[in-house]
Amino acid sequence: MAKHSAHEGSVGIVAPQRFCAPGEFALQCGESLDGFELVFETYGQLNAARSNAVLICHALSGNHHAAGYHAEDDAKPGWWDACIGPGKAVDTNRFFVVSPNNLGGCHGSTGPATVNPATGAVFGPAFPTVTVKDWVRSQALLADHLGIERFAVVVGGSLGGMQAMQWAIDLPERIGAAVLIAAAAKLSAQNIAFNEIARQAITSDPQYRDGHYRSANANPDMGLGLARMIGHVTYLSDFGMGQKFGRELKSGDLSAARDVEFQVESYLRHQGKSFSQRFDANTYLLMTRALDFFDPAGEWDGDLVAALEQARCDFLVLSFSTDWRFSAARSKEIVDALIAAGRNVVSAVIESAHGHDSFLLPLPRYTSVFKAFMDRLAAGAEADAEAGSGDAP
Amino acid sequence: MRPDLEIIADLIKPGARVLDLGCGEGELLAGLQAEKQVNGYGLDVDPDNIAICVRKGVNVIEQNLDQGLSNFPDDSFDMVVMTETLQSVRLPARVLDEMLRIGQECIVTFPNFGHWRSRGHLFLKGRMPMARHLPHDWHDTPNIHLCTVKDFERLVQDKGLRIIQRFVAGADHRNRPLMNLMPNLFGAIAFYRLGRPGGA
Repeated sequence: MAKHSAHEGSVGIVAPQRFCAPGEFALQCGESLDGFELVFETYGQLNAARSNAVLICHALSGNHHAAGYHAEDDAKPGWWDACIGPGKAVDTNRFFVVSPNNLGGCHGSTGPATVNPATGAVFGPAFPTVTVKDWVRSQALLADHLGIERFAVVVGGSLGGMQAMQWAIDLPERIGAAVLIAAAAKLSAQNIAFNEIARQAITSDPQYRDGHYRSANANPDMGLGLARMIGHVTYLSDFGMGQKFGRELKSGDLSAARDVEFQVESYLRHQGKSFSQRFDANTYLLMTRALDFFDPAGEWDGDLVAALEQARCDFLVLSFSTDWRFSAARSKEIVDALIAAGRNVVSAVIESAHGHDSFLLPLPRYTSVFKAFMDRLAAGAEADAEAGSGDAP
Repeated sequence: MRPDLEIIADLIKPGARVLDLGCGEGELLAGLQAEKQVNGYGLDVDPDNIAICVRKGVNVIEQNLDQGLSNFPDDSFDMVVMTETLQSVRLPARVLDEMLRIGQECIVTFPNFGHWRSRGHLFLKGRMPMARHLPHDWHDTPNIHLCTVKDFERLVQDKGLRIIQRFVAGADHRNRPLMNLMPNLFGAIAFYRLGRPGGA
Protein backbone atom coordinates (compact mmCIF):
# COMPACT_ATOMS: atom_id res chain seq x y z
CA MET A 1 0.00 0.00 0.00
CA ALA A 2 1.23 3.48 -0.89
CA LYS A 3 2.19 5.56 2.08
CA HIS A 4 -0.07 8.50 2.97
CA SER A 5 2.96 10.77 2.76
CA ALA A 6 3.32 9.76 -0.89
CA HIS A 7 -0.37 10.07 -1.95
CA GLU A 8 -0.83 12.30 -4.96
CA GLY A 9 -3.07 15.27 -4.15
CA SER A 10 -2.53 14.85 -0.41
CA VAL A 11 -0.69 17.19 1.91
CA GLY A 12 0.75 14.00 3.42
CA ILE A 13 1.63 13.68 7.09
CA VAL A 14 0.74 16.76 9.14
CA ALA A 15 1.14 17.69 12.78
CA PRO A 16 -1.08 19.98 14.86
CA GLN A 17 0.40 23.14 16.37
CA ARG A 18 -0.67 25.17 19.36
CA PHE A 19 -1.26 28.90 19.82
CA CYS A 20 -1.54 30.41 23.30
CA ALA A 21 -3.29 33.76 23.55
CA PRO A 22 -2.40 35.26 26.92
CA GLY A 23 -4.49 37.86 28.74
CA GLU A 24 -8.17 38.47 29.15
CA PHE A 25 -10.37 37.58 26.20
CA ALA A 26 -13.79 39.22 26.58
CA LEU A 27 -16.64 37.24 25.06
CA GLN A 28 -19.82 38.58 23.52
CA CYS A 29 -21.87 37.03 26.34
CA GLY A 30 -20.22 39.37 28.87
CA GLU A 31 -17.97 36.78 30.47
CA SER A 32 -14.29 36.50 29.70
CA LEU A 33 -11.54 33.91 29.51
CA ASP A 34 -8.18 34.33 31.20
CA GLY A 35 -6.26 33.52 28.06
CA PHE A 36 -7.01 30.65 25.72
CA GLU A 37 -5.33 28.12 23.45
CA LEU A 38 -6.15 27.13 19.90
CA VAL A 39 -4.86 23.99 18.28
CA PHE A 40 -4.41 24.36 14.51
CA GLU A 41 -2.80 22.86 11.43
CA THR A 42 -1.21 24.57 8.45
CA TYR A 43 -0.63 23.29 4.93
CA GLY A 44 1.49 24.86 2.19
CA GLN A 45 3.90 27.79 2.48
CA LEU A 46 3.22 31.39 3.40
CA ASN A 47 4.80 33.53 0.66
CA ALA A 48 7.17 36.40 1.41
CA ALA A 49 4.45 39.00 0.82
CA ARG A 50 2.16 37.05 3.20
CA SER A 51 -0.59 37.45 0.59
CA ASN A 52 -1.55 33.79 0.09
CA ALA A 53 -3.08 32.80 3.43
CA VAL A 54 -6.40 30.95 3.59
CA LEU A 55 -8.42 30.43 6.76
CA ILE A 56 -10.52 27.26 6.92
CA CYS A 57 -13.46 27.47 9.35
CA HIS A 58 -14.92 24.18 10.49
CA ALA A 59 -18.54 23.23 11.02
CA LEU A 60 -20.41 21.84 14.02
CA SER A 61 -18.47 18.64 14.56
CA GLY A 62 -15.29 19.52 12.68
CA ASN A 63 -11.83 20.28 13.99
CA HIS A 64 -8.39 21.52 12.97
CA HIS A 65 -7.50 18.31 11.11
CA ALA A 66 -8.88 19.31 7.71
CA ALA A 67 -6.41 17.59 5.37
CA GLY A 68 -3.70 14.96 5.22
CA TYR A 69 -2.91 12.31 7.83
CA HIS A 70 -1.47 12.35 11.34
CA ALA A 71 0.22 8.97 10.90
CA GLU A 72 1.04 6.56 8.08
CA ASP A 73 -1.48 4.05 9.43
CA ASP A 74 -4.41 6.52 9.76
CA ALA A 75 -7.52 5.01 8.16
CA LYS A 76 -8.95 8.35 7.04
CA PRO A 77 -7.56 11.77 6.08
CA GLY A 78 -8.73 15.10 7.54
CA TRP A 79 -12.39 16.05 7.14
CA TRP A 80 -11.97 18.24 4.03
CA ASP A 81 -9.23 16.34 2.22
CA ALA A 82 -11.57 16.31 -0.81
CA CYS A 83 -10.96 20.04 -1.29
CA ILE A 84 -7.58 20.79 0.33
CA GLY A 85 -4.28 19.56 -1.13
CA PRO A 86 -1.86 19.98 -4.03
CA GLY A 87 -3.87 20.79 -7.17
CA LYS A 88 -7.22 20.71 -5.35
CA ALA A 89 -9.72 23.57 -4.98
CA VAL A 90 -7.75 24.92 -2.02
CA ASP A 91 -4.43 24.33 -3.74
CA THR A 92 -1.68 23.92 -1.16
CA ASN A 93 0.93 24.48 -3.88
CA ARG A 94 -0.32 28.06 -4.08
CA PHE A 95 -1.98 28.82 -0.75
CA PHE A 96 -0.87 28.75 2.87
CA VAL A 97 -3.81 27.14 4.66
CA VAL A 98 -4.58 27.75 8.34
CA SER A 99 -7.12 25.42 9.95
CA PRO A 100 -7.86 25.95 13.65
CA ASN A 101 -10.07 24.06 16.08
CA ASN A 102 -12.56 26.63 17.33
CA LEU A 103 -12.64 28.05 20.81
CA GLY A 104 -14.98 25.82 22.81
CA GLY A 105 -14.06 22.78 20.70
CA CYS A 106 -13.02 19.44 22.08
CA HIS A 107 -9.96 18.52 20.01
CA GLY A 108 -7.31 20.49 21.88
CA SER A 109 -8.49 24.10 21.89
CA THR A 110 -9.69 25.68 25.13
CA GLY A 111 -13.21 24.46 25.75
CA PRO A 112 -15.55 22.68 28.16
CA ALA A 113 -13.27 19.61 28.22
CA THR A 114 -10.09 21.54 29.16
CA VAL A 115 -8.92 22.68 32.58
CA ASN A 116 -9.95 26.11 33.82
CA PRO A 117 -6.66 27.68 35.04
CA ALA A 118 -8.57 29.69 37.64
CA THR A 119 -10.03 26.63 39.38
CA GLY A 120 -7.73 23.82 38.34
CA ALA A 121 -10.81 21.79 37.40
CA VAL A 122 -12.33 20.98 34.00
CA PHE A 123 -14.60 23.82 32.73
CA GLY A 124 -17.47 21.45 31.96
CA PRO A 125 -20.85 23.18 31.78
CA ALA A 126 -19.35 26.35 33.32
CA PHE A 127 -17.61 27.16 30.02
CA PRO A 128 -19.09 30.44 28.82
CA THR A 129 -21.33 30.79 25.78
CA VAL A 130 -19.25 31.39 22.67
CA THR A 131 -20.54 33.04 19.50
CA VAL A 132 -19.45 33.15 15.87
CA LYS A 133 -18.22 36.72 16.50
CA ASP A 134 -16.00 35.45 19.32
CA TRP A 135 -14.59 32.82 17.01
CA VAL A 136 -13.74 35.46 14.40
CA ARG A 137 -11.88 37.55 17.00
CA SER A 138 -10.00 34.52 18.32
CA GLN A 139 -9.05 33.46 14.78
CA ALA A 140 -7.82 37.01 14.11
CA LEU A 141 -5.48 36.70 17.12
CA LEU A 142 -4.16 33.47 15.62
CA ALA A 143 -3.61 35.32 12.34
CA ASP A 144 -1.65 38.04 14.20
CA HIS A 145 0.47 35.34 15.79
CA LEU A 146 1.23 33.85 12.37
CA GLY A 147 2.04 37.28 10.92
CA ILE A 148 -0.98 37.28 8.61
CA GLU A 149 -2.35 40.79 8.26
CA ARG A 150 -4.94 39.79 5.69
CA PHE A 151 -6.33 36.46 4.54
CA ALA A 152 -6.62 36.08 0.77
CA VAL A 153 -9.81 34.19 1.53
CA VAL A 154 -11.77 32.80 4.47
CA VAL A 155 -13.54 29.56 3.59
CA GLY A 156 -16.18 27.49 5.34
CA GLY A 157 -19.13 25.15 4.89
CA SER A 158 -22.28 25.19 7.02
CA LEU A 159 -21.36 26.77 10.40
CA GLY A 160 -17.94 27.40 8.84
CA GLY A 161 -19.58 29.50 6.12
CA MET A 162 -21.24 31.55 8.83
CA GLN A 163 -17.81 32.33 10.28
CA ALA A 164 -16.57 33.39 6.85
CA MET A 165 -19.58 35.72 6.55
CA GLN A 166 -18.91 37.21 10.00
CA TRP A 167 -15.25 37.74 9.05
CA ALA A 168 -16.37 39.71 5.99
CA ILE A 169 -18.63 41.93 8.10
CA ASP A 170 -16.49 42.37 11.24
CA LEU A 171 -12.98 42.57 9.79
CA PRO A 172 -13.50 43.80 6.21
CA GLU A 173 -9.90 45.05 5.85
CA ARG A 174 -8.47 41.69 6.79
CA ILE A 175 -9.99 39.42 4.12
CA GLY A 176 -9.87 39.47 0.34
CA ALA A 177 -12.69 37.00 -0.27
CA ALA A 178 -15.19 34.82 1.55
CA VAL A 179 -16.43 31.40 0.46
CA LEU A 180 -19.79 30.47 2.00
CA ILE A 181 -20.80 26.89 1.25
CA ALA A 182 -24.18 25.44 2.31
CA ALA A 183 -24.54 28.27 4.82
CA ALA A 184 -27.33 30.61 5.93
CA ALA A 185 -27.60 34.19 7.20
CA LYS A 186 -29.42 32.78 10.22
CA LEU A 187 -31.09 29.54 11.16
CA SER A 188 -34.76 28.96 10.50
CA ALA A 189 -37.06 27.92 13.35
CA GLN A 190 -37.10 24.39 11.94
CA ASN A 191 -33.31 24.29 11.96
CA ILE A 192 -33.15 25.52 15.57
CA ALA A 193 -35.74 22.87 16.42
CA PHE A 194 -33.44 20.10 15.24
CA ASN A 195 -30.66 21.53 17.40
CA GLU A 196 -32.98 21.69 20.39
CA ILE A 197 -33.96 18.03 19.99
CA ALA A 198 -30.26 17.14 19.86
CA ARG A 199 -29.60 19.16 23.02
CA GLN A 200 -32.54 17.57 24.81
CA ALA A 201 -31.23 14.13 23.86
CA ILE A 202 -27.93 14.98 25.57
CA THR A 203 -29.18 16.78 28.67
CA SER A 204 -31.89 14.21 29.40
CA ASP A 205 -29.34 11.37 29.45
CA PRO A 206 -28.85 10.53 33.17
CA GLN A 207 -25.13 10.19 32.48
CA TYR A 208 -25.02 13.85 31.48
CA ARG A 209 -25.18 14.74 35.20
CA ASP A 210 -25.90 18.44 34.57
CA GLY A 211 -22.74 18.61 32.49
CA HIS A 212 -20.43 17.31 35.25
CA TYR A 213 -20.00 13.87 33.65
CA ARG A 214 -16.22 14.13 33.43
CA SER A 215 -15.66 14.58 37.15
CA ALA A 216 -17.95 11.56 37.69
CA ASN A 217 -15.95 9.55 35.13
CA ALA A 218 -19.10 9.11 33.07
CA ASN A 219 -20.21 10.13 29.56
CA PRO A 220 -23.69 10.66 28.10
CA ASP A 221 -23.02 8.19 25.28
CA MET A 222 -26.68 7.49 24.61
CA GLY A 223 -27.72 11.13 24.48
CA LEU A 224 -24.75 12.26 22.41
CA GLY A 225 -25.19 9.31 20.07
CA LEU A 226 -28.86 10.14 19.64
CA ALA A 227 -28.04 13.80 18.97
CA ARG A 228 -25.63 12.69 16.25
CA MET A 229 -28.20 10.35 14.71
CA ILE A 230 -30.75 13.16 14.46
CA GLY A 231 -28.15 15.48 12.99
CA HIS A 232 -26.93 12.87 10.56
CA VAL A 233 -30.41 12.25 9.14
CA THR A 234 -30.82 15.98 8.48
CA TYR A 235 -27.45 16.12 6.69
CA LEU A 236 -28.50 13.50 4.14
CA SER A 237 -31.30 13.55 1.60
CA ASP A 238 -34.24 11.15 1.36
CA PHE A 239 -33.03 10.05 -2.07
CA GLY A 240 -29.42 9.69 -0.92
CA MET A 241 -30.39 7.55 2.07
CA GLY A 242 -32.56 5.36 -0.13
CA GLN A 243 -29.66 4.88 -2.54
CA LYS A 244 -27.19 4.07 0.21
CA PHE A 245 -29.28 1.88 2.51
CA GLY A 246 -32.45 0.79 0.74
CA ARG A 247 -34.85 -1.06 3.00
CA GLU A 248 -33.90 -4.73 2.72
CA LEU A 249 -34.59 -6.75 5.87
CA LYS A 250 -31.41 -8.28 7.25
CA SER A 251 -33.06 -11.50 8.38
CA GLY A 252 -35.10 -11.79 5.21
CA ASP A 253 -38.58 -11.97 6.74
CA LEU A 254 -40.60 -10.55 9.59
CA SER A 255 -40.86 -13.77 11.63
CA ALA A 256 -37.13 -13.76 12.19
CA ALA A 257 -36.95 -10.00 12.78
CA ARG A 258 -34.32 -8.89 15.25
CA ASP A 259 -33.54 -5.62 16.99
CA VAL A 260 -31.63 -4.14 14.06
CA GLU A 261 -33.33 -5.05 10.81
CA PHE A 262 -32.58 -2.25 8.37
CA GLN A 263 -29.14 -1.20 7.19
CA VAL A 264 -29.91 2.41 8.01
CA GLU A 265 -30.50 1.41 11.64
CA SER A 266 -27.10 -0.20 12.12
CA TYR A 267 -25.47 2.66 10.22
CA LEU A 268 -27.02 5.31 12.48
CA ARG A 269 -26.22 3.34 15.62
CA HIS A 270 -22.63 3.03 14.52
CA GLN A 271 -22.44 6.74 13.70
CA GLY A 272 -23.95 7.65 17.07
CA LYS A 273 -21.69 5.36 19.01
CA SER A 274 -18.43 6.37 17.36
CA PHE A 275 -19.36 10.04 17.65
CA SER A 276 -20.08 9.73 21.38
CA GLN A 277 -16.57 8.35 21.83
CA ARG A 278 -14.78 11.18 20.05
CA PHE A 279 -16.87 14.27 20.80
CA ASP A 280 -17.57 16.16 24.01
CA ALA A 281 -21.23 16.62 24.94
CA ASN A 282 -20.76 20.11 26.38
CA THR A 283 -18.95 21.18 23.20
CA TYR A 284 -21.88 19.84 21.16
CA LEU A 285 -24.28 21.99 23.19
CA LEU A 286 -21.99 25.02 22.82
CA MET A 287 -21.60 24.60 19.05
CA THR A 288 -25.34 24.19 18.42
CA ARG A 289 -25.98 27.30 20.53
CA ALA A 290 -23.46 29.27 18.47
CA LEU A 291 -25.33 28.12 15.35
CA ASP A 292 -28.70 29.14 16.75
CA PHE A 293 -27.55 32.58 17.90
CA PHE A 294 -25.81 33.45 14.64
CA ASP A 295 -27.57 36.45 13.11
CA PRO A 296 -25.19 39.10 11.73
CA ALA A 297 -28.14 41.21 10.55
CA GLY A 298 -29.29 41.49 14.18
CA GLU A 299 -26.75 44.24 14.82
CA TRP A 300 -28.21 46.17 11.89
CA ASP A 301 -31.89 46.09 12.91
CA GLY A 302 -32.38 42.85 11.06
CA ASP A 303 -31.19 44.39 7.78
CA LEU A 304 -28.87 41.85 6.14
CA VAL A 305 -28.09 44.26 3.30
CA ALA A 306 -26.84 46.86 5.80
CA ALA A 307 -24.74 44.19 7.52
CA LEU A 308 -23.17 43.05 4.24
CA GLU A 309 -22.52 46.65 3.16
CA GLN A 310 -19.74 46.55 5.79
CA ALA A 311 -17.97 43.88 3.77
CA ARG A 312 -15.39 44.79 1.13
CA CYS A 313 -14.42 41.34 -0.12
CA ASP A 314 -15.57 39.17 -3.03
CA PHE A 315 -17.97 36.34 -2.22
CA LEU A 316 -18.55 32.85 -3.52
CA VAL A 317 -21.86 31.37 -2.33
CA LEU A 318 -22.53 27.70 -3.08
CA SER A 319 -25.49 25.50 -2.17
CA PHE A 320 -26.72 22.02 -3.03
CA SER A 321 -30.00 20.99 -4.64
CA THR A 322 -31.01 18.34 -2.07
CA ASP A 323 -29.72 20.12 1.04
CA TRP A 324 -32.79 20.74 3.20
CA ARG A 325 -30.97 21.57 6.45
CA PHE A 326 -29.24 24.60 4.84
CA SER A 327 -31.27 24.83 1.67
CA ALA A 328 -30.42 26.63 -1.55
CA ALA A 329 -33.13 29.17 -0.64
CA ARG A 330 -31.09 30.21 2.43
CA SER A 331 -28.02 30.77 0.24
CA LYS A 332 -30.20 32.74 -2.19
CA GLU A 333 -31.10 35.13 0.64
CA ILE A 334 -27.41 35.82 1.16
CA VAL A 335 -26.83 36.30 -2.57
CA ASP A 336 -29.78 38.68 -2.96
CA ALA A 337 -28.55 40.74 -0.01
CA LEU A 338 -25.01 40.83 -1.45
CA ILE A 339 -26.33 42.05 -4.81
CA ALA A 340 -28.44 44.70 -3.09
CA ALA A 341 -25.33 45.74 -1.12
CA GLY A 342 -23.40 46.03 -4.40
CA ARG A 343 -20.83 43.44 -3.37
CA ASN A 344 -19.05 41.16 -5.83
CA VAL A 345 -20.63 37.72 -5.66
CA VAL A 346 -20.59 34.48 -7.59
CA SER A 347 -23.18 31.86 -6.81
CA ALA A 348 -24.07 28.38 -7.97
CA VAL A 349 -26.56 25.71 -6.92
CA ILE A 350 -24.89 22.34 -7.32
CA GLU A 351 -26.98 19.33 -8.35
CA SER A 352 -26.25 16.64 -5.79
CA ALA A 353 -28.07 13.69 -4.25
CA HIS A 354 -26.17 13.94 -0.98
CA GLY A 355 -27.96 16.69 0.95
CA HIS A 356 -26.05 18.97 3.32
CA ASP A 357 -23.08 16.59 3.47
CA SER A 358 -22.42 17.36 -0.22
CA PHE A 359 -20.06 20.12 0.83
CA LEU A 360 -17.60 17.50 2.12
CA LEU A 361 -17.61 15.46 -1.10
CA PRO A 362 -15.46 15.78 -4.25
CA LEU A 363 -18.41 16.43 -6.60
CA PRO A 364 -16.98 17.50 -10.00
CA ARG A 365 -19.25 20.49 -10.63
CA TYR A 366 -18.81 21.71 -7.03
CA THR A 367 -15.04 21.47 -6.99
CA SER A 368 -14.74 22.99 -10.48
CA VAL A 369 -16.59 26.22 -9.55
CA PHE A 370 -14.85 26.33 -6.19
CA LYS A 371 -11.44 25.80 -7.82
CA ALA A 372 -12.13 28.39 -10.53
CA PHE A 373 -12.84 30.98 -7.83
CA MET A 374 -9.84 29.97 -5.71
CA ASP A 375 -7.46 29.92 -8.69
CA ARG A 376 -8.35 33.53 -9.45
CA LEU A 377 -7.58 34.49 -5.87
CA ALA A 378 -4.31 32.56 -5.98
CA ALA A 379 -3.31 34.44 -9.14
CA GLY A 380 -4.16 37.71 -7.36
CA ALA A 381 -2.09 36.73 -4.33
CA GLU A 382 0.84 35.82 -6.58
CA ALA A 383 0.55 39.11 -8.46
CA ASP A 384 0.55 40.97 -5.11
CA ALA A 385 3.66 39.07 -4.10
CA GLU A 386 5.44 39.99 -7.34
CA ALA A 387 4.44 43.64 -7.05
CA GLY A 388 5.65 43.56 -3.45
CA SER A 389 9.03 42.08 -4.33
CA GLY A 390 9.39 44.69 -7.11
CA ASP A 391 9.06 47.46 -4.51
CA ALA A 392 11.79 45.99 -2.37
CA PRO A 393 15.13 47.87 -2.52
CA MET B 1 -15.85 42.31 -27.80
CA ARG B 2 -18.55 41.10 -30.21
CA PRO B 3 -19.77 44.08 -32.29
CA ASP B 4 -23.31 44.03 -30.87
CA LEU B 5 -21.94 43.92 -27.33
CA GLU B 6 -19.74 46.92 -28.16
CA ILE B 7 -22.86 48.83 -29.10
CA ILE B 8 -24.53 47.84 -25.82
CA ALA B 9 -21.42 48.69 -23.82
CA ASP B 10 -21.37 52.17 -25.37
CA LEU B 11 -24.85 52.84 -24.00
CA ILE B 12 -23.91 52.07 -20.40
CA LYS B 13 -22.65 54.84 -18.15
CA PRO B 14 -19.49 54.35 -16.09
CA GLY B 15 -20.17 52.98 -12.61
CA ALA B 16 -23.73 51.92 -13.54
CA ARG B 17 -25.49 48.92 -12.00
CA VAL B 18 -26.06 46.41 -14.81
CA LEU B 19 -27.97 43.13 -14.78
CA ASP B 20 -27.31 40.76 -17.69
CA LEU B 21 -29.96 38.04 -18.08
CA GLY B 22 -28.47 34.97 -19.72
CA CYS B 23 -24.95 36.36 -19.53
CA GLY B 24 -23.31 33.34 -21.21
CA GLU B 25 -19.55 33.49 -20.88
CA GLY B 26 -19.71 36.96 -19.36
CA GLU B 27 -18.10 38.80 -22.27
CA LEU B 28 -20.22 41.94 -21.91
CA LEU B 29 -19.84 42.23 -18.14
CA ALA B 30 -16.11 41.47 -18.18
CA GLY B 31 -15.65 44.30 -20.71
CA LEU B 32 -17.86 46.70 -18.76
CA GLN B 33 -16.09 45.93 -15.50
CA ALA B 34 -12.67 46.55 -17.01
CA GLU B 35 -13.55 49.66 -19.01
CA LYS B 36 -16.39 51.30 -17.12
CA GLN B 37 -16.10 50.01 -13.54
CA VAL B 38 -19.74 48.98 -13.60
CA ASN B 39 -21.31 47.04 -10.73
CA GLY B 40 -22.57 44.22 -12.91
CA TYR B 41 -24.24 40.87 -12.31
CA GLY B 42 -25.06 38.14 -14.78
CA LEU B 43 -27.59 35.35 -14.51
CA ASP B 44 -27.05 32.03 -16.24
CA VAL B 45 -27.84 28.35 -15.73
CA ASP B 46 -25.14 26.66 -17.79
CA PRO B 47 -22.47 25.13 -15.49
CA ASP B 48 -19.71 25.61 -18.07
CA ASN B 49 -20.65 29.26 -18.58
CA ILE B 50 -20.64 29.81 -14.83
CA ALA B 51 -17.14 28.40 -14.44
CA ILE B 52 -15.91 30.56 -17.35
CA CYS B 53 -17.49 33.68 -15.80
CA VAL B 54 -15.85 32.87 -12.44
CA ARG B 55 -12.44 32.63 -14.10
CA LYS B 56 -13.03 36.03 -15.73
CA GLY B 57 -14.01 37.58 -12.42
CA VAL B 58 -17.58 38.23 -13.56
CA ASN B 59 -20.31 38.24 -10.89
CA VAL B 60 -22.36 35.32 -12.14
CA ILE B 61 -25.42 34.05 -10.29
CA GLU B 62 -26.94 30.68 -11.11
CA GLN B 63 -30.60 31.52 -11.60
CA ASN B 64 -33.19 30.26 -14.05
CA LEU B 65 -35.09 33.14 -15.68
CA ASP B 66 -38.17 30.92 -15.96
CA GLN B 67 -38.37 30.79 -12.18
CA GLY B 68 -38.90 34.53 -12.06
CA LEU B 69 -36.90 37.58 -11.06
CA SER B 70 -38.91 38.52 -7.98
CA ASN B 71 -35.74 38.47 -5.86
CA PHE B 72 -34.64 41.70 -7.57
CA PRO B 73 -36.28 44.82 -6.08
CA ASP B 74 -37.92 47.55 -8.20
CA ASP B 75 -35.47 50.08 -9.68
CA SER B 76 -32.47 48.18 -8.34
CA PHE B 77 -30.49 48.45 -11.60
CA ASP B 78 -29.70 51.22 -14.08
CA MET B 79 -29.78 48.87 -17.05
CA VAL B 80 -31.08 45.35 -17.56
CA VAL B 81 -29.69 43.57 -20.62
CA MET B 82 -30.81 40.38 -22.32
CA THR B 83 -28.95 39.35 -25.45
CA GLU B 84 -30.42 36.58 -27.64
CA THR B 85 -32.17 34.94 -24.72
CA LEU B 86 -35.74 36.28 -25.11
CA GLN B 87 -36.55 33.45 -27.54
CA SER B 88 -35.64 30.75 -25.04
CA VAL B 89 -37.62 31.88 -21.99
CA ARG B 90 -40.99 30.40 -21.14
CA LEU B 91 -42.83 33.72 -20.78
CA PRO B 92 -41.06 36.39 -22.86
CA ALA B 93 -43.67 39.09 -22.23
CA ARG B 94 -43.46 38.56 -18.49
CA VAL B 95 -39.65 38.74 -18.54
CA LEU B 96 -39.90 42.02 -20.46
CA ASP B 97 -42.19 43.42 -17.74
CA GLU B 98 -39.76 42.28 -15.08
CA MET B 99 -36.79 43.86 -16.86
CA LEU B 100 -38.47 47.27 -16.83
CA ARG B 101 -39.56 46.85 -13.22
CA ILE B 102 -36.00 46.11 -12.07
CA GLY B 103 -34.27 48.59 -14.37
CA GLN B 104 -35.06 52.07 -15.63
CA GLU B 105 -34.21 50.92 -19.13
CA CYS B 106 -33.55 47.63 -20.81
CA ILE B 107 -31.79 46.33 -23.88
CA VAL B 108 -33.17 43.28 -25.66
CA THR B 109 -31.70 41.53 -28.67
CA PHE B 110 -33.13 38.49 -30.44
CA PRO B 111 -32.77 36.53 -33.69
CA ASN B 112 -35.25 37.87 -36.24
CA PHE B 113 -37.30 35.01 -37.65
CA GLY B 114 -38.55 37.31 -40.40
CA HIS B 115 -35.08 37.43 -42.02
CA TRP B 116 -35.19 36.62 -45.74
CA ARG B 117 -33.10 33.49 -45.27
CA SER B 118 -35.56 32.08 -42.72
CA ARG B 119 -38.44 32.95 -44.98
CA GLY B 120 -36.66 31.38 -47.95
CA HIS B 121 -35.79 28.24 -45.99
CA LEU B 122 -39.42 27.69 -45.05
CA PHE B 123 -40.78 28.75 -48.44
CA LEU B 124 -38.40 26.84 -50.69
CA LYS B 125 -37.46 23.83 -48.58
CA GLY B 126 -40.65 23.57 -46.58
CA ARG B 127 -38.62 22.99 -43.45
CA MET B 128 -38.02 24.84 -40.20
CA PRO B 129 -35.26 27.39 -40.81
CA MET B 130 -31.74 26.81 -39.56
CA ALA B 131 -28.96 29.35 -39.89
CA ARG B 132 -25.62 30.43 -38.46
CA HIS B 133 -27.35 32.17 -35.56
CA LEU B 134 -30.13 29.53 -35.37
CA PRO B 135 -28.17 26.28 -35.54
CA HIS B 136 -30.63 23.95 -33.75
CA ASP B 137 -33.00 21.32 -35.12
CA TRP B 138 -36.66 22.09 -34.37
CA HIS B 139 -36.97 19.22 -31.85
CA ASP B 140 -33.78 19.99 -29.99
CA THR B 141 -33.65 23.74 -29.61
CA PRO B 142 -33.67 26.06 -26.60
CA ASN B 143 -35.43 28.59 -28.86
CA ILE B 144 -39.09 28.02 -28.01
CA HIS B 145 -40.36 31.56 -28.66
CA LEU B 146 -38.91 32.76 -31.91
CA CYS B 147 -40.45 35.92 -33.33
CA THR B 148 -40.01 38.49 -36.07
CA VAL B 149 -39.23 42.18 -35.76
CA LYS B 150 -42.89 42.90 -36.50
CA ASP B 151 -44.08 40.47 -33.83
CA PHE B 152 -41.84 42.04 -31.23
CA GLU B 153 -42.91 45.57 -32.11
CA ARG B 154 -46.54 44.50 -31.73
CA LEU B 155 -45.78 43.31 -28.20
CA VAL B 156 -43.92 46.52 -27.38
CA GLN B 157 -46.82 48.54 -28.72
CA ASP B 158 -49.41 46.53 -26.75
CA LYS B 159 -47.45 47.17 -23.59
CA GLY B 160 -47.01 50.85 -24.43
CA LEU B 161 -43.27 50.63 -24.00
CA ARG B 162 -41.03 53.38 -25.28
CA ILE B 163 -38.54 52.45 -28.00
CA ILE B 164 -35.49 54.58 -27.31
CA GLN B 165 -33.34 53.00 -29.97
CA ARG B 166 -33.60 50.14 -32.45
CA PHE B 167 -31.63 48.63 -35.31
CA VAL B 168 -30.88 45.28 -36.87
CA ALA B 169 -27.58 43.52 -37.58
CA GLY B 170 -26.36 40.60 -39.64
CA ALA B 171 -25.72 37.12 -38.28
CA ASP B 172 -22.14 38.30 -37.68
CA HIS B 173 -23.64 40.89 -35.28
CA ARG B 174 -22.45 43.75 -37.49
CA ASN B 175 -24.78 46.66 -38.01
CA ARG B 176 -25.05 47.72 -41.66
CA PRO B 177 -27.16 50.81 -42.31
CA LEU B 178 -28.86 49.49 -45.46
CA MET B 179 -30.41 46.60 -43.54
CA ASN B 180 -32.39 49.08 -41.53
CA LEU B 181 -34.35 50.21 -44.53
CA MET B 182 -36.22 46.87 -44.33
CA PRO B 183 -35.28 45.51 -40.91
CA ASN B 184 -37.75 42.62 -40.79
CA LEU B 185 -36.43 41.29 -44.08
CA PHE B 186 -32.69 41.98 -43.85
CA GLY B 187 -31.93 41.93 -40.15
CA ALA B 188 -30.71 38.64 -38.62
CA ILE B 189 -30.38 40.04 -35.10
CA ALA B 190 -32.72 42.73 -33.80
CA PHE B 191 -31.68 45.23 -31.13
CA TYR B 192 -34.07 47.25 -28.97
CA ARG B 193 -33.40 49.72 -26.19
CA LEU B 194 -36.66 50.16 -24.31
CA GLY B 195 -38.06 52.44 -21.62
CA ARG B 196 -41.10 52.25 -19.39
CA PRO B 197 -44.54 53.35 -20.64
CA GLY B 198 -44.96 57.10 -20.65
CA GLY B 199 -41.24 57.73 -20.47
CA ALA B 200 -41.11 57.74 -16.66
